[in-house]
This record gives sequence, C-alpha cells and structure tokens, in this order.
Amino acid sequence: MDRPKVVKYTPPECVEDYPLGAFQAGHLVQKNAGWRVFRPVIDHDKCIGCLRCFLVCPDGVIDKSGEKLEIDYDFCKGCGVCAYECKVNAIRMVKEGEEADE
Amino acid sequence: MADKLVTNARDLTNSEYFYGHRACAGCGGSLALRLAMKVLGPRTFVAIPANCMSAVSFLHPQISFSTNSMISPFAATGAVLSGIEAGARALGMKDYHVVGFAGDGGTADIGIQALSGAIDRGDRIIYVCYDNEAYMNTGIQKSGLTPYGSSTTTSPAGRNLPGATRMKKNMFEIVAAHDIAYAATASIGYPEDYLRKISKAAQCASTSYIHVLAPCSTGWGFPIEKTVEMGKEAVDCGLWYLAEFENGEFRLNRKPREFSSLEDYLKKQARFRHLTDKDMDVIKGNRDRKWKKIQDQWTV
Ligand SMILES: Cc1ncc(C[n+]2csc(CCOP(=O)(O)OP(=O)(O)O)c2C)c(N)n1
Ligand code: SF4
Ligand code: SF4
Ligand code: SF4
Ligand SMILES: [Mg+2]
Repeated sequence: MDRPKVVKYTPPECVEDYPLGAFQAGHLVQKNAGWRVFRPVIDHDKCIGCLRCFLVCPDGVIDKSGEKLEIDYDFCKGCGVCAYECKVNAIRMVKEGEEADE
Repeated sequence: MADKLVTNARDLTNSEYFYGHRACAGCGGSLALRLAMKVLGPRTFVAIPANCMSAVSFLHPQISFSTNSMISPFAATGAVLSGIEAGARALGMKDYHVVGFAGDGGTADIGIQALSGAIDRGDRIIYVCYDNEAYMNTGIQKSGLTPYGSSTTTSPAGRNLPGATRMKKNMFEIVAAHDIAYAATASIGYPEDYLRKISKAAQCASTSYIHVLAPCSTGWGFPIEKTVEMGKEAVDCGLWYLAEFENGEFRLNRKPREFSSLEDYLKKQARFRHLTDKDMDVIKGNRDRKWKKIQDQWTV
C-alpha cells in the first residue's frame, strides 16, 4: 500500500517553536479512523477490478498499486460511497467491532 | 506535463496529493479536489480561499496537500493565482501547474472580481469552482449559486418564501463571456468527464475555468453514501449540465434523451423537502427555458 503516513510530532513548548512563514507540506499527525461507524470490506472474489471505488472515494484511501485493492483504514471515514457505487456489491459495510465474516 | 488526456480510473495515478483532510465523511468537494490533484500531479501550486476545503486541510500542524499550497484572502483567489504564476515564471520554472479551488460563494460572489481580472490577464492558471450551492463552512448561508427553493440559514423556507428565491447565477457563461481560452462545467457524479476536463485545463496555455458540482450531504441533507449519485442525478434531471466553452463556442457534452424525475432529485434532499407543486413548476419552467436556449444556441 502506498498512502501518506502519520508522522510523529512534538508540539511546540513556547511561542518561538511555532513556524513562521512556510510549513511542511503533506504533514499528517493524526489518523481519521475514529470517525468510522461502519468499515468497508472488499470481497475480492466478487470484485471485477473496475476501480470505481478507487475513483470515487472522497478520501483516496483505496490503493490500487497491489494485486488486490487495499483500504487504508487509518484514513477511511466509513462514508460508504465506495460500497454504494460498486456495481457488483463487492463491498460490504461492516459495523466496527463486529467480524467481517458471516 | 500530461500530454494524454486522463479519462478513466486506470490512467489515474495511484498517488494521492490531497490526503488526510477533515472534510465530512462523503464530502463531494473533497472528491473534486482529490481528483483534480491526481490529474495535475506533484508539481502543482495550490491556492484556496476561506471555504470548507481550506478549513479541512490546513489545521496546524496538519497540511493535507503534499504539494505547495496556501490559503488566499477570501476575495483574492484569482489574483493570488496570477501572482504565483508570475513568480514561478520569474524563477524560470518549467512543468508546473497553478490551481485554485474556490467555493461557490468564493467564486460567484466574493471572488468574482479577482477571477475576472485573472481571466483578462490570460495567465496560465486553472481556476476550479467547487459548487456545493451555499456558504457551507460558515453554516449553510445562501450564495449567488444557491438554487431556487433551497432552504438555507439566510433563506429559510417558511410561510412567505420557498427558501432561496433566485436561480443560480450563470457563472459558466459569465466566465465564457470573457472569451476565456477554456471553460467547462462538470459534476463529481460524472467523474470521468471531470477528469478529462481537468486534463484539458492542464494543457491550456492560458486561463482555464472548471465549474464542478460537488454535493454536500451536510448542507443539502441526504445520506452520505449518495454523494456521487446526487451529482449524477442533478445532471440527469437537467438541473445541471455538462458543457465546454472553447474557441468561442459552447458545446454540450451530455444530452439526456429524457430527463429523470426532477421531483425525485429534489425530495431526496432536506433543503428542498418543503417545496410545493407550485415551486416545482417554477423550477421546471426555469430548467426547460435553459435547455431550450442550450438546444438553440450551443453545439449539442
Ligand atoms: C473576507 C471574509 N469574509 C467572510 C469569511 C467567512 N467565511 C469563511 S468560509 C466562508 C464560506 C465560504 O463559502 P464557499 O465559498 O461557498 O465555500 P464552502 O465553505 O461552501 O466550501 C465564509 C463566509 C472570511 N473568512 N473572510
Ligand atoms: S467498485 Fe467493486 S468491483 Fe469495482 S473495483 Fe471496487 S470493489 Fe471491485
Ligand atoms: S467508506 Fe468512504 S472513505 Fe472509506 S473507502 Fe469507502 S469511500 Fe473511501
Ligand atoms: S459541509 Fe459539505 S462541503 Fe463542507 S466539508 Fe462537509 S460535506 Fe464537505
Ligand atoms: Mg459553497
């Protein structure tokens, strides 16, 4: 999976520690995983590889670089757009804390 | 610079340049920005005025853009883009893009003067208006692009008014009237069409403008998983259209054989739920008048 990662960040201790002017691009210090009530789970046997889910995910958390699609659960918000848009219903929204298997 | 137009998910890079933002789950605006950034690539300067997208991507110490990005003054997106472009040119830079992402309020109301000036200068910049049809970041106030009948906090529906009482300002044609090199409307409901238009803008040697409809579940009141679907239905029922303006000509890109139900589209959204049959007729009348003009005057 090739997705941006959270970096370790030490909060400033005094005013002088705050950046003036430019700051680091692509700087992530916190995951968004806590937003999720349901998580998308891809059934790779059903998936026909159309990449619709990859295309329409507002958060870009579906990675297509590997053999199978992979979801970056650190940043998936569980919106369900991917599952709704999948024509062959290969994505199920599973309640967090519950098992994906039937 | 991309020579080939990107028109599908397969040709789209796996790399993300807009990531980890704090937009609401299922936010249409964030999808519009994400896809545009993927087409434009890592050598892209971004300016965003005050709006949802800047609020969710510049939360110190987080920055969600992995390319150079900045927040511009609300009214100044067009001017700031021109400035970035002039700076990059002065430094002798090659192979880069300068893009702005302004909301409907930031484009059709407060930023219209700076946008007009930028188009007039003909700088090689890409201006994207992501249209969620209200000032969302400050709590759903009516903008010049809020459609008739939409209930917002400054156009509340009630006994005397149906919500907003004006039609959407015609930003696409206002921009085209500048004789801009390239302008297009799009919707996240038709992502491939949108990708193609962003890549055309990327190849444009002068100013380009993309107006992309970006449904907002929070402000419109629909289930979050339906964001892309709502963007599609808006086009299918004829309340939005996919078109281009190039070489002085308007071209319609998608001609629905028959409109899907306008009532269905409207009633799915809390902002329109109060509408009466009479209001529906007003909306339908306006839609049909617009489409008649499109049929008569544009290449369809
Ligand atoms: C000069 C100025 N006026 C008002 C504001 C407050 N403000 C911040 S975001 C915003 C709403 C922007 O609406 P829009 O451009 O449609 O983008 P959206 O939030 O809907 O994405 C407003 C009014 C501001 N930041 N600066
Ligand atoms: S939308 Fe469905 S079928 Fe298409 S790639 Fe995603 S999971 Fe597979
Ligand atoms: S649930 Fe939403 S954020 Fe998560 S992968 Fe699907 S579309 Fe992306
Ligand atoms: S209010 Fe609407 S536009 Fe703003 S972040 Fe939420 S869904 Fe996106
Ligand atoms: Mg808006």
